[in-house]
Amino acid sequence: MKKIVWKCALFLIGFICCYPIVFVCVGSFMGKGELLESLAPALSSASGYADWSILPKEPTLRSWVEVLLDTPGFFVTFWNSIKIVVGVLIGQLLVAVPGAWGFAKYKFPFHRVLFLLYIILMMMPFQVLMLSEYLVLNKINLLNTLWALILPGIFSTFPVFILYNSFRGIPNEILEAGRIDGASEWQLFLEIGLPLGKSGIFSVIVLSFLEYWNLVEQPMTFLKDKVRWPMSIFLPSIEPENAGIAFVASVISLIPALLVFLGGQEYLEKGISYMGMKE
Amino acid sequence: MKKRWVTGYFFIMPGFIGILIFIILPYIDVVRRAFMQAATGNFIGMANFMEVFQNKAFALAMGNTVHFVAVCIPILLSLSLGIAVLLTKNSQVSKIIKTGVLVPMAIPVASVVLLWQFLFSGNGFLNGFLHIFGVNGPNWMNTSYSFWILVFSYVWKNLGYTVILWLAGISMIPGDIYEAARVDGAGEWQCFWKMTIPNLKGTFFTVTVISLLNSFKVFREAYLVAGDYPHGSIYLLQHLFNNWFRNLELDKMAAGAVSLSVVLLVLILGLWGRRKE
Repeated sequence: MKKIVWKCALFLIGFICCYPIVFVCVGSFMGKGELLESLAPALSSASGYADWSILPKEPTLRSWVEVLLDTPGFFVTFWNSIKIVVGVLIGQLLVAVPGAWGFAKYKFPFHRVLFLLYIILMMMPFQVLMLSEYLVLNKINLLNTLWALILPGIFSTFPVFILYNSFRGIPNEILEAGRIDGASEWQLFLEIGLPLGKSGIFSVIVLSFLEYWNLVEQPMTFLKDKVRWPMSIFLPSIEPENAGIAFVASVISLIPALLVFLGGQEYLEKGISYMGMKE
Repeated sequence: MKKRWVTGYFFIMPGFIGILIFIILPYIDVVRRAFMQAATGNFIGMANFMEVFQNKAFALAMGNTVHFVAVCIPILLSLSLGIAVLLTKNSQVSKIIKTGVLVPMAIPVASVVLLWQFLFSGNGFLNGFLHIFGVNGPNWMNTSYSFWILVFSYVWKNLGYTVILWLAGISMIPGDIYEAARVDGAGEWQCFWKMTIPNLKGTFFTVTVISLLNSFKVFREAYLVAGDYPHGSIYLLQHLFNNWFRNLELDKMAAGAVSLSVVLLVLILGLWGRRKE
């Protein structure tokens, strides 16, 4: 009996966690009339109260057609999101993977101090670094471009920390054996580090994807023109009259994130546990 | 034997140069600006800091932020620890539940905002429900309840992350100490209090630091639901920084950023250092 209660409680929590997905999916298949009827009171000052049925009464693809065919602005924001995420990911892999390898496998002067600095930077919220980033981006004329989000993202120290913990699991004896066989340091990195550090690399891809797909503060601060906005801030700016569009757009922005999540859940969990490792 | 430390520098260099350019040098510039008058560039000592600390909006935002963190973190930590402990037992169910609690990490803020408006606005679902019982509810986001809505959003979003951290900590506890205790007749409850909890001390500090820093991200929900000037109870430091930025009050921003970073630095070093216990 007690076990069943616990299970029910856990399932309830799980359900609450997932509910927003159901909510936006259902909404995206509602007709304009039904949406107006059930949502308008909540979103504007119409009278009556918002009401919601579990499933659309008359499911329709109208909103989907409207977004996919008649809302060119939406595609622009979708591509902006893709460009930001892909740009940051490529950059992070090029910069953070060797960086983490250097910290994990070599001793050098100021090693501890530098790594502590990386940890501190990793922990600073955007508000602390906002003005600094603004000053640089302003100086090099990158404000109001996607680079204003991509470049600071590339040099985030968070992936270095994750990768460092995954590289540390590689035994040094393997490297020594490689050196005796005459491998160069660069070869050791490419042929031993990369393959054995794979799980850390995938963890970074998953975690960074979810982070940069949902960027809010940075685009809000650094991007003036709406045509450069990513979906994460474009969506909430949709007027209540266009609730149908908002729902469909939410579903579309949800899909890539959910795919990455479901495909990479194992690495997501690994990545989070790397955060908990003691250096 | 070649000097191997040069190779180490070689690997970290590209990233380090970027960090230098995008974070460290401009941060030093910010520190300099914190002691200067923005308009004239004259050195004015602590005047900017004084102005920030005496600012009413700052007092409100600081108070709310501290209040928010003080309420959220105990709720998040205890709830997630409870779930983590339950998940170590029910292995067949635990995979589904783990996915369930992690999903919010993947749900874009915009969907959440849509749901919040639907639930909590003046004519929203919650009030429709209350209306059945003859209660006329307010627009919840314009009341002090918005604070609790934000607490809920935070716990909802971060639950999975925290559960995983606890699970990682629990898996490090050697299993044989439990066996030994059970042989001596210890119950589940005793095992939890006498062994699980004390062994998770290091994890506790990690989880606290990470939860603290993730708490800065609730600004997303707060801002997207309630805008630049939300109800007084959820006017956070993030709103204040944002408004300073929009009004280009760079000297206040500089002083604010330096103060905030010093406070966080002390907290991080204090808590992070104790993880090894």
